Amino acid sequence: MDLFEYQARDLFESHGVPVLPGLVATTPEEARAAAEQLGAGVDGKVVVVKAQVKVGGRGKAGGVKVARSPEEAADRASDILGMDIKGHTVHKVMIAAGADIATEYYVSLLLDRAERRYLAMASVEGGMEIEQLAVERPEALARVAVDPAVGIDAAKAAEITTAAGFGDDVAPQVADVLEKLWTVYREADATLVEVNPLVLTGDGRVVALDGKVSLDDNASFRHPETAALAEEEAAAGDPLEAKARASHLNYVKLDGEVGIIGNGAGLVMSTLDVVAQAGEEFGGVKPANFLDIGGGASAQVMANGLDVILGDPQVKSVFVNVFGGITACDAVANGIVQALEILGDEATKPLVVRLDGNNVVEGRRILAEAAHPLVTVVDTMDGAARTAAQLASR
Amino acid sequence: MAIFLTKDSKVIVQGMTGSEGRKHTQRMLTSGTTVVGGVNPKKAGETVEFTAADGSTTQIPVFGSVRDAVAQTGADTSVIFVPAAGTKAAAVEAIDAEVPLVVVITEGVPVKDTAELFAHSQAVGKSRVIGPNCPGLISPGASNAGIIPADITPAGRIGLVSKSGTLTYQMMYELADFGFSTAVGIGGDPIIGTTHIDALAAFQADPETDVIVMIGEIGGDAEERAAAFIKENVTKPVIGYVAGFTAPEGKTMGHAGAIVSGSAGTAQAKKEALEAAGVKVGRTPSETAALAREVMQSLA
Repeated sequence: MDLFEYQARDLFESHGVPVLPGLVATTPEEARAAAEQLGAGVDGKVVVVKAQVKVGGRGKAGGVKVARSPEEAADRASDILGMDIKGHTVHKVMIAAGADIATEYYVSLLLDRAERRYLAMASVEGGMEIEQLAVERPEALARVAVDPAVGIDAAKAAEITTAAGFGDDVAPQVADVLEKLWTVYREADATLVEVNPLVLTGDGRVVALDGKVSLDDNASFRHPETAALAEEEAAAGDPLEAKARASHLNYVKLDGEVGIIGNGAGLVMSTLDVVAQAGEEFGGVKPANFLDIGGGASAQVMANGLDVILGDPQVKSVFVNVFGGITACDAVANGIVQALEILGDEATKPLVVRLDGNNVVEGRRILAEAAHPLVTVVDTMDGAARTAAQLASR
Repeated sequence: MAIFLTKDSKVIVQGMTGSEGRKHTQRMLTSGTTVVGGVNPKKAGETVEFTAADGSTTQIPVFGSVRDAVAQTGADTSVIFVPAAGTKAAAVEAIDAEVPLVVVITEGVPVKDTAELFAHSQAVGKSRVIGPNCPGLISPGASNAGIIPADITPAGRIGLVSKSGTLTYQMMYELADFGFSTAVGIGGDPIIGTTHIDALAAFQADPETDVIVMIGEIGGDAEERAAAFIKENVTKPVIGYVAGFTAPEGKTMGHAGAIVSGSAGTAQAKKEALEAAGVKVGRTPSETAALAREVMQSLA
């Protein structure tokens, strides 16, 4: 799960990383009060109204504005709240104290999947998109390996600031920030902690001005505080995804017409691809979702899965693709038959079923015997994808 | 001879007394695996009754620690079924006991725990870790360490390495008439103990493997790295498949590591890298199996 900037700011602050004051607001009124609390307009102080969205490029999209008074902050918040930034609606803004920026830097800590350890990246050229910097001036971006068993101690922090070429005037402060960001990374079970920009202020302080933090969903069992955030986010997201989550189903909503149910993440991803390929022949029919029902595939799990998929108004046909490895196909077939009984009149769309593997003959026999009018059994994955795409194109 | 796991492998199961551990220990025994013990500090000294491959009843001893189990049985492989919260400790125990092959089946392990246990395995330098979040590996007819169904395919001369469990089963099923030397499920997490490259190197060196099938999926750049490795080091024919062409950016597709970030980790980039290294890449699992079939027939 990615955190919003204000959540990252609060997390940084709780670990001693220097940040500027910032308050979250969901209405122009709250923005006005927050700006007032931060002293906007007093002695020329400014605040920055920042859209809280989990996508980059908000500045260019007009989601970050300076305000010189509480009234102006309310006006800017009114402009920004509700704005659509790359498909993300802005529901919250952060009112942040204005900064007197002398220099912008970049630092981050992330997973190095290939080397199976962590990687610290740092640059004295901050502010720009880091992907762009990495391409255009790779020599300006220091990359230092971090041993997961050791982390960032004082020696490692000094190695990073030296590699990035921080001057002696700021290197100790930046090194201190790096050590604190490491505690954020370790204690919050993060997979990414990025500060862009890390700034040097006119009065010589190093401050994290904007932060991005991704947390490991697999570690949520030991972080009840963020597990609650994840629930909140799921509830506010796509309603079908929220419904699937409530049934403990691994579901991702896409925007096609063929609903997909399968067992195993790899097989389901593959099923989406095969359906998209088959769909080209039928005017660009596409998969409607990713849904992995896992190993069990009991009648209730199948019914829950079908219930979510049939609740998607875009779905015109459903492709159930199961390979019986540990699960036996007869159990899956019984699951499908019973799921259709459970759903009754709610099941209205054609189902194409492909079963293979463990006990496949018995599984196909059960489906043939049930002879449900909505169910078509096709023996191969490619053939079944084609049938499902064809049914969805009608 | 196969890779990593042979008929001589002596397997212990960490978490054997739990429901999943017990179920799969029975399956491993049924398929002829030499399971010599389980580990559970609370049940040390007890035995658990299973049915041996020949149908007779067998009592498998439970040891209090991996070290005890290794000392008393000579075990060289541990399969881990303990819940995610305890997985790191279990793996570290096996690594400290210098078990040569540690297979972590558990899914949902925090990536920090995996990073730390992998770093520990590197520091100790005695263990190969496979997984986590994987189906384990099977050398058909010889031994089965994990949850891959043993009855899909007999022994043969195709080597298979895959991030996905069910696609592994599907591929084994489609090529069952040729059979497999070893099929290794390396798992779909962001950090894994054994990579495509490790398995490719082992298959290249294995005299009983003629053709290698490699299954990848979106996320990271393991397939691109594997492609570079194949170009330099692998002379045996490699057939590839990559899942996730239709995956949207920024969404995790079931496996924790299966995510396209910006323009990185796409299936298209992986397919192109593999093809540039001379790997034939199928568009569907069936087409991939057909490509492997053609190569096997051309070698016959």
